[in-house]
Amino acid sequence: MMIDALPLAVTLPLIGAFAVTVSPLHARGLGLMAAVLTAASALSVTAAVWSDGVLRADLGGWGVPLGIALEADGLSAAFLAMANVVALAVSVYAGGYFKQESARHFWPLWLLLWSALNGLFLAADLFNLYVTLELLGISAAALGALTGTREAVAANLRYLLVGLLGSMSYLLGVALIYAAYGVLDIGLVAEAIEPGPVAWTAMTLMIGGLILKAALFPMHFWLPPAHANAPAPVSAALSALVVKAAFYLALRLWLDVFAPVLNEAAANLLGILGAAAVVWGSWRALRAERLKLLAAYSTVAQMGYLFIAFPLLAATPPGLARDNLLAAVVLLALTHGFAKAGFFLAAGMVQKTAGHDRIDDLGGAAQALPAATFAIGLAGVALIGLPPSGTFLAKWVMLEQAMILGLWWWLIVMMVGTLLAAAYIFRVLSRAFNREPTPYRFVNDARTELPALLLGLIATFGLGIAAQPLWVLLEQGAFG
Amino acid sequence: MTGQVLYAQLLYGGSGILLVLLGLWSFLVHGPLLRKLIAINLMGAGVFHILVAIGYRGIDTPPDPVPHALVLTGIVVAVSATALALAFGKRLDQDDD
Repeated sequence: MMIDALPLAVTLPLIGAFAVTVSPLHARGLGLMAAVLTAASALSVTAAVWSDGVLRADLGGWGVPLGIALEADGLSAAFLAMANVVALAVSVYAGGYFKQESARHFWPLWLLLWSALNGLFLAADLFNLYVTLELLGISAAALGALTGTREAVAANLRYLLVGLLGSMSYLLGVALIYAAYGVLDIGLVAEAIEPGPVAWTAMTLMIGGLILKAALFPMHFWLPPAHANAPAPVSAALSALVVKAAFYLALRLWLDVFAPVLNEAAANLLGILGAAAVVWGSWRALRAERLKLLAAYSTVAQMGYLFIAFPLLAATPPGLARDNLLAAVVLLALTHGFAKAGFFLAAGMVQKTAGHDRIDDLGGAAQALPAATFAIGLAGVALIGLPPSGTFLAKWVMLEQAMILGLWWWLIVMMVGTLLAAAYIFRVLSRAFNREPTPYRFVNDARTELPALLLGLIATFGLGIAAQPLWVLLEQGAFG
Repeated sequence: MTGQVLYAQLLYGGSGILLVLLGLWSFLVHGPLLRKLIAINLMGAGVFHILVAIGYRGIDTPPDPVPHALVLTGIVVAVSATALALAFGKRLDQDDD
């Protein structure tokens, strides 16, 4: 009985998409119903994986290698649960956001996107993953252009073309895998694969295509305009879920398929690109003039953290430490999904009320929309990584592991990214609370301010990062 | 016989790789949407060529059905994506007028 929930999570939104297309007058009601049912079936999949372990369904009774199989393990169940809770929230928001005419266009595309998303998390073979990847890209680009403005259409046309290039690269990798091993099922490929030029080329093509879709620096150029110009609920879904799906797939391939062929150079390359994404994305977010553009650049940065995990994972030997690290990376991805979706939805509310989303003119937003501003603040806590957010825990584990491995340079990158994130979040909040636009000077009276700054830095970074000497000191007679 | 199969596979697969590279080059170099779209479809045709070559098992043996199924699905996806891109392009052209 529980196994039936696997195909339901993919087919329910598909049926819903069909229903809202046939009966556009009831698009909102039918769409919301499909959303609730889809989320319920997906969450029951996660619950079943939680209690019974890995689930698998061979559709139509066709087994490997011809049939279409769905499979849910812990990794897919975790992403599935996050995606469906976020998608349900986006659906409720969209129910109020889109009026008659635009609602008719939104719901079919949105449910198609949802179906592709759930399919991607559950697909068990490389080719079905390609199909869901393409469906996701096409429906995401169509949704992103829903406002019909010139900027939105141009940005999403670029997104569509980049996405096509990415999936073409992925498909070529799939073709290579099939030519070499004659199987497409993830489990079977993992058993058959062996290091060699074919496997390396396939890995480069597939992961390369996916990082294009995950907007990893320097292939992030398409993301900010596409995400910033979409309607708010669509921006939320694109930034929180669609790029995350590409990351999920890259992680899945990395862990399950290409594990025997991996080398440190490839992991380091991904990590370096991730580090560049953290710094560049955070910097551009800090300089952004519009709230949604800030959120979009923040997504570029946050995706960077996820890729910094690859060199750390590659350098950590299997065991408890590696399991913790993997859990931390997934936690980071899930937390960002919730936080960024919440941020975009609240930003959409601010934009709708104020009629614009220029950060410098947000004055009074906190008084006019306390809940939305509070939501931005809460999401900001998670984006920065302040305790007790999931990001804090995840970054903590990653930092700790980087220090244990002696890979301190990743630490610097993550600290810089965190500081910049704090700066861009507080910039939004300070404007929302009606402060003066910009400080005239950073330091006004060096003699009085520098000691204060220094003490603050010691309290935050000195004692936080370099607390170890205290233990050494206390060993001198203080520990019983 | 096997030599012949291998030769045919190399010929078709090799021209497929050539098509992919041509398409990729053209996609990256040319600006106009229509040229980019043709380029990406050319790349797709190249990948399909490779897949068909993988499925070939000689003139008397039925081909491997899996790559064929992949090509059929791939064509459907490519057509839909091309249609959406053309619709976007048309919208941009209308805005120019």
